[in-house]
Amino acid sequence: MDEVFVIGEPETLVAPAVSDWRRFLKILFQRKLVVVGTFVLVCLVLVAIFAPLIAPYDPVKIDMGHTLQSSSGTHLLGTDNLGRDVFSRLVYGSRTALIVGLGTVAFSAVIGIILGILAGFLGGWINAVIMRIMDALMGFPMMVLALLLAAVMGAGMKNIIIALGIATLPGYTRLMCAATLSVRENEYILAQRAIGAKSLRTMVRHVLPNAIQPMIVLITTMLGNIVLAEAGLSFLGIGVNPSTTAAWGSMAVGGFRFLGEHPLLSFAPCIAIAVVVFAFNMLGDGLRDALDPRLRGKL
Amino acid sequence: MVTYVIRRFVIGILVLVLVSLIVFFSLRLLPGDPALIYVASQVGGTGVTQEKLDEIRVEFGLDKPVPVQYLNWVKGVISGDLGKSVKNNKPVTALLGERFQPTLVIGLVSLVLSTVLGIFFGLVAAIRRGSWIDTLVTLLSYVGIVVPAFMLAFVLLYLFGLKLNWLPMVGWTPPWEDFGMSVKQSIMPVIVLATVPLAITARQMRSSVLEVNNMDFIRTAWSKGLRERVIVFRHISKNSLIPVITLMGIGVGLIFGGAVIEETIFSIPGMGRLMVSSIFDRDYVVIQSMTMIIAAIIVFANIVVDISYGWLDPRIRYG
Repeated sequence: MDEVFVIGEPETLVAPAVSDWRRFLKILFQRKLVVVGTFVLVCLVLVAIFAPLIAPYDPVKIDMGHTLQSSSGTHLLGTDNLGRDVFSRLVYGSRTALIVGLGTVAFSAVIGIILGILAGFLGGWINAVIMRIMDALMGFPMMVLALLLAAVMGAGMKNIIIALGIATLPGYTRLMCAATLSVRENEYILAQRAIGAKSLRTMVRHVLPNAIQPMIVLITTMLGNIVLAEAGLSFLGIGVNPSTTAAWGSMAVGGFRFLGEHPLLSFAPCIAIAVVVFAFNMLGDGLRDALDPRLRGKL
Repeated sequence: MVTYVIRRFVIGILVLVLVSLIVFFSLRLLPGDPALIYVASQVGGTGVTQEKLDEIRVEFGLDKPVPVQYLNWVKGVISGDLGKSVKNNKPVTALLGERFQPTLVIGLVSLVLSTVLGIFFGLVAAIRRGSWIDTLVTLLSYVGIVVPAFMLAFVLLYLFGLKLNWLPMVGWTPPWEDFGMSVKQSIMPVIVLATVPLAITARQMRSSVLEVNNMDFIRTAWSKGLRERVIVFRHISKNSLIPVITLMGIGVGLIFGGAVIEETIFSIPGMGRLMVSSIFDRDYVVIQSMTMIIAAIIVFANIVVDISYGWLDPRIRYG
C-alpha cells in the first residue's frame, strides 16, 4: 500500500479511464498463485475441448486382456480393473467436471440472483417467503440435500446439475439479497423512483450491475466446491454413469478396492480434483482482491 | 432478549415445517414401490399376491393419500413415534438409537477438535504473520479446503492402514466397551471429518485476528506497556472470536454432511451410512425422520450461536 504515497509516479497521476481494466488485471495477477491457478484453468478448458486429440484411447472402452497394468509407454498411467486407460479417462473426466461445474453454477447463480434481487429490493412478504425457503434449504447439510435430490431424480448428469444447483442456491440468494439491500440505499435508486421508473427496470438496469460484483467471487469459488461435491456424489454411487462417462469421482471410488497394489488408480483422479479446486479457489481470491481490495481476507 | 429468543425459536420451527414439507413430498417422487421392497426383504419377493401387497400398504399407511400420510407422520413425530422402517421392520426410534451414537461421538470429537485447534492455529498464524508458522497454517488450510474428503481418507488408509499397519482400516467400537480399540478406530475418521471445519475455522480466525490487530485499542494496549500475553489473550482473541463462533453453526452441518462419506469409507454404522443405505432402499420413513433430526440439530445449533453473540459481545443488542 506504500506506493500510493510515492510522488512522481506518472502511472498513478495520469489515470485515463482505460486503465481501470489494466489496473484490474495488474492486481489480479499480482500474486503468483493466482497466475498458476489461472494457467491451470486455461489448461483444463483446453484439455476438455481437445480431449479426443489428447487422449490416446477411448475412455470407456473395456479391454479385459489388459487389466490393472502399471504405468508404461503404452499406458501412461496404467489401466483400471476393466482395462480402461487411466490417462484417457482423466482427460475426458475434465469434460465432466467442467460441464457439471459450469452447468450447476449457471443454474443456481441465475436463480439465486433473481430471487436475491426480488427479496432485497421488494422486501416485505416476498423477502420473508424467499428467505424462509432458503433457511429451510440450509437446514440440510449440502451433501445430504444433494444426495436426497439426486436420489429422487435419479442418476445422470442433468439431474446431478439440478440437485447440486438447488443445494447451493441459498448462498447466492442470500449474498445477492444483502448486496441489493446495500445498493438500494443509494441516491440514484431514489432518483429512479422519483422519475417514476418501474421497479423491474430499476432492478435490471441499476441494482443488478451494482450488486453483481461479490457474486463473481462467489461463483468462482463455488465452481471449485461443485467439482468437490460432484466427486462426493459419484463416490456414494449417485453420479454420472461410470460406464458411459468418465468422471474423476467415480474413478477414485472404482480404484479404492485396489488401493494396496495400484494406488495410482485412486490417487490420480483425486490429485486432478484437488488441483482444479485449488485453481478455482486461487482465481476466486485474486478476483476478490482485484474487484474490492477492502474485502481481502474475508468471504 | 427474551422476545428475541422466542422469535428465533418460532422462525426455527417454521423452518423445520418447511424442511419437513420439502423432504416428505420430494421423497414421494422417488421411483420404486416401498411395499415391493418390503416384500423383497422379508419374504424373498417371489409369488406375492396383490392382497398381500395391499395388506402391507395398509400396515405402513401407504394406502392413504399423500397429504394424509404427511399429517399422520407429523402427528407421530410430535408424540415421539417416528414410524417403522420398511426395510427391516424395526421402529425408526430404535434404529436411530443404535445409529446415532457413533455419529454423535465421532462428530462431537471432530467439532470440538476442529474449533479449538482452528482457533489456536489461526491465532498463532496471525500473530506471527509472515513467519513459517503462518505459511504452514495458510498452506494447510488451503489443503483442507481443496482436497476431497475421500482423498484424505485414501491417503490415511494407504499410509497408516496398508503400509505402516498402525491403525485398523475400518469398523467401530463404542468407547465404553474397549476404549483403546475405539480410539484407534476413530483416529482416521475424526481426522477426515475435522479437516474441513478446521481449515475454515483457522482461516477465519486468522483474518479476524489480523483485523482486530489494527484496532486503536490494541495500539493503546501496547503503548501502555501491557505484556504480549495479556494483549493476545485478553484483548485480541476475545474480540476476534465472534465471526469464528458463527462457523460452529456451519460446522455442525459440515460434520453431518461429511459423516455421509466418512462413515461409508470406514464402515461405521452411524447415521450417515444409514442415510445412504435408506436412500438406496427407498426406506421413506427412515430418510425423512433422519433428515428431520439432522435439520432440527442444525437449526437449533444456529439459534444457540446467534444467542451466544450477545453473551460474548455485549455491544450486540437484539431488536
